[in-house]
Amino acid sequence: MEKTLDLKFNYTEKKDTRSGFGDGFLEAGRRNPNVVGLCADLIGSLKMGAFQKEFPERFFQTGIAEANMMGIAAGMTINGKIPYTGTFANFSTGRVYDQIRQSIAYSGKNVKICASHAGLTLGEDGATHQILEDLGMMKMLPHMTVINPCDYNQTKAATIAIAEYEGPVYLRFGRPSWPIFTDPAQKFEIGKAWKMIEGTDVTIFATGHLVWEAVVAEAILRSEGISAEVINIHTIKPLDEEAILDSVAKTGCAVSAEEHQYNGGLGDSVAQTLARNNPAPMEYVGVDDSFGESGTPTQLLEKYGLNAANIVAAAKKVLARK
Amino acid sequence: MEKQSIEQLENTALQVRRDILRMVHGVQSGHPGASLGCTEFFVALYFNRLNHNSNFKMEGKGEDLFFLSNGHISPVWYSVLSRSGYFPPKEMDTFRKLNSRLQGHPATEEGLPGIRIASGSLGQGMSVAIGAAQAKKIDGDDSTVYVLMGDGEQEEGQIWEAAMYAAHWKVDNLIATIDLNRQQIDGPTKEIMNLIDLRAKYESFGWEVVDTLQGNDMKSVLEGLEKAKNLTREGKPVMNLLHTEMGYGVNFMVGTHKWHGIAPSDEQLEDALGQLPETIGDF
Repeated sequence: MEKTLDLKFNYTEKKDTRSGFGDGFLEAGRRNPNVVGLCADLIGSLKMGAFQKEFPERFFQTGIAEANMMGIAAGMTINGKIPYTGTFANFSTGRVYDQIRQSIAYSGKNVKICASHAGLTLGEDGATHQILEDLGMMKMLPHMTVINPCDYNQTKAATIAIAEYEGPVYLRFGRPSWPIFTDPAQKFEIGKAWKMIEGTDVTIFATGHLVWEAVVAEAILRSEGISAEVINIHTIKPLDEEAILDSVAKTGCAVSAEEHQYNGGLGDSVAQTLARNNPAPMEYVGVDDSFGESGTPTQLLEKYGLNAANIVAAAKKVLARK
Repeated sequence: MEKQSIEQLENTALQVRRDILRMVHGVQSGHPGASLGCTEFFVALYFNRLNHNSNFKMEGKGEDLFFLSNGHISPVWYSVLSRSGYFPPKEMDTFRKLNSRLQGHPATEEGLPGIRIASGSLGQGMSVAIGAAQAKKIDGDDSTVYVLMGDGEQEEGQIWEAAMYAAHWKVDNLIATIDLNRQQIDGPTKEIMNLIDLRAKYESFGWEVVDTLQGNDMKSVLEGLEKAKNLTREGKPVMNLLHTEMGYGVNFMVGTHKWHGIAPSDEQLEDALGQLPETIGDF
């Protein structure tokens, strides 16, 4: 389908966003001697090996003990270290929620919680590992910044940028090989939404892997005479409310798209912004209160209603409500 | 700060006990039992053992650091921090009240000098202390990191993750202490969840273990801390098992879990203060 469409963004290569993290982490370590790493027995999966090799004195294997890892990271910030913790998104959030809440968020510690294998696109491992609640859990914590970049390049840029920001950050990325369609030289600005495609009829607010699906959806909608605006919300918190309100003031309706539960995700953040400022029709593309299952990423996005075709359908539905 | 003699430390401890009781009484809320039981330890640490600076800086470079994991015994910590110059003693009057820096459980949010991490949800402090100790090692800072935990707290799983980690990574600039008062909220630890032999547990995890058998005797506490300090920098984390009596210093509070989280009435306060002469001056 993608090949026959006139896409506003294209790609020549696919790569996993976790590799963007791994490469960004190494770069952050080269730029700042205070950057340290911790990993709970998933160095290969998180692509943290290059950093470990280059900076062995600044890297700590914690074993399969995520709660302890979060506490150690919090302790390391006290004399100015900038710890990056690495494990799967599931074990980076739900498993250690109280540790993050008390020792990191409430204590205002400069820990970077780096979470891979988020969402359905983890694939065959199934629902035990496919966390779809993490954005909600993390954005509810005061002081926490929540970032969900869309491709290899944006993940790499975000990983480097968070070292420059003082405060706790949740950085979410994933496992599947995914189109690389953003600029390798981009500057990542935390909290600043990126209007990728201008449009007038409907705004699609997308985050993470679903930004690519939104790009594809825009081309489909355009081929049918519908002008969609695509906004990349890589930072869920703090939310760029101005970008959301400006766009919806123009288009009059919105679709959110994310690899997360309806409850608590980007969609809820957008809806809250609209409800409080400029109520407008809105549709959600996400997982509707269910767990995932085993399958390929493509199969899962289709079965759970998270691909470009679902974004197109949601856009048409919301347009009819205008 | 000059190191206090045993006699001075004992005087300070009397005042700290009064502070604890008056704080908890003033708001009719808080945890006097283990605060009283750990008074000698805190006073010995802050007025003799710790190399610290009451002109507080979060990063504490070149200073010994102390972390309280069992945050509910905040009254004893607040008193000792205040009496050693971190903030005015008068501020103890705001303990647990609205708009106070002296939160029910210690926190950094309001910026109280001397506090480096929030605690209260149990089991987390040792991990934090280990992280701080490792960061000191990265920086070539040869000071020591201390952490205090409760004995009931040893039931939390994270403690054992941390215990394994500290030995594996040879975090030998760490002195952990367990307040071994053998009590927890629901009753004696032996009945609630038997800890059996903490020395054997920690030794088998690869720690050096010191027993301070008289945790409410100033001389014994100082000796225990000194012994522990002498074992640091030898490749192993050090555990100090501090045998205390909950409620020590007040005859009707001692040795029972009943005063874990109960405030004394007006009459009980008067009775208790009568047993603890004012030394430095009440806040």
